Amino acid sequence: MTAPARHPVLTVRDLARSFGPVRALRGVDFTLDAGEVLAIFGPNGAGKTTLLRILAGLLRPERGEVLLGGQSAVRAAASQRRRVGLISHATFLYDGLTASENLEFYGRLYGVSDPRARALAALEAVALAERAATFAGTMSRGMLQRLALARALLHEPDIVLLDEPFTGLDQAAAAALRRQLVRLREERRTVVLVTHNLDEGLELATHTAFQVAGRFVECAPKDGDAADYRRRYAEATAAHG
Amino acid sequence: MGEVLRHALAIAGKDLRLEFRSRTAFLSALVFTALVLAIFQFARDPTAVSAVDLAPGILWITFSFAGLLGLNRAFALERENRALDGLLLSPASRTALYLGKVLANLVFVGLVEAIALPLFAIFFNVPVLGVLGPLVAVIALATIGFVAVGTLMSSIAVSTRFAELMLPVLMLPFLMPPITAAVQMTARIFAGRPFSEIIGWLKLLVAYDVAFLVVCILVFEHTIEE
Repeated sequence: MTAPARHPVLTVRDLARSFGPVRALRGVDFTLDAGEVLAIFGPNGAGKTTLLRILAGLLRPERGEVLLGGQSAVRAAASQRRRVGLISHATFLYDGLTASENLEFYGRLYGVSDPRARALAALEAVALAERAATFAGTMSRGMLQRLALARALLHEPDIVLLDEPFTGLDQAAAAALRRQLVRLREERRTVVLVTHNLDEGLELATHTAFQVAGRFVECAPKDGDAADYRRRYAEATAAHG
Repeated sequence: MGEVLRHALAIAGKDLRLEFRSRTAFLSALVFTALVLAIFQFARDPTAVSAVDLAPGILWITFSFAGLLGLNRAFALERENRALDGLLLSPASRTALYLGKVLANLVFVGLVEAIALPLFAIFFNVPVLGVLGPLVAVIALATIGFVAVGTLMSSIAVSTRFAELMLPVLMLPFLMPPITAAVQMTARIFAGRPFSEIIGWLKLLVAYDVAFLVVCILVFEHTIEE
């Protein structure tokens, strides 16, 4: 995507994956440098979540490769997995643990220094410090999403993968999440954001892609306004969907 | 190795905290144990077979099925909010994940056994105090094999539709060697037989534990990845 890409943080080459007869990905390519935010737009079933799960190392591709800083992410070593943070549809949190205990547990897995202090700082960053002792199972959807964000960023990954992070959030929670994502961009983290929402995606993106039926039908640095993107998105989904 | 152990301890600590906060499986296992022992006590004919002859089989049937209740929960709690993905995404190795689950299950099953053994001694009037050392050693060795296999099978069963039914179906065939060895050794210990009559079964049990721990560690990675 970026030309010339001298030190790409994330390189994806010819990625393909099927589930039985369903071809979820059919050859996806892109490259991202530090500080770049790729917003991927696409209809349901376009393979966006499959792409993120492969990028995170949770799913193996049938073909192609994912390179994190030049090293393969498939069956990634611990040092590679440490570089990635993922926010998915699921929170990866334990209902029976408090917000603080959840983050401390993940902090220990990621080997952060002083997991308790880091957990409290992470809760502060997502405005959940007062909920540190609240069980995750009793939190609202918005609070859980913020807690999931704190979990994903706890170890300060340089690659952040976000799958529909705004789903189910009220305006205040969405604004708080947006501030966090802007901060990520300012800190020059590499972000891949999957969303249905063109406005949210365009506000944060430096690059955009339309994913339809498992393929990237457009992938380029952001250019044009929301109205222009709506027209191009409609054309892309009509032509390839 | 230090990092594997650190991750395993973190995972085991998390599992035990979750379990003893809810106590769901632990209380179920204890109630189940008491019920099974009571049923065997009242169903048997004390004039036909002596308690000491029946006791080893009953003890290990009770331990095995009570332990299954805990093993069922080992990976079920990782399904909640797809927490298993969170573990797989972390730098913790698959070996650390397996060992963490094994450690938590050992504590769980060990605690159930620690409470079940006195109940068993009371119900069947078996003098366990005089043979407590060798008996605990046999229980510990058999429990290691039981938990090693059970943890692996639990990771397989959890992705099936009827996980709680599948676990005993998958697991019990693999448990025949250690349970048989444990029953035979327990019977000889209760009967006050010499160590030379136990050594063969003991070797079998140790070999089983080592072999299955190694095999389960090697196979585990393939059972949890998509």
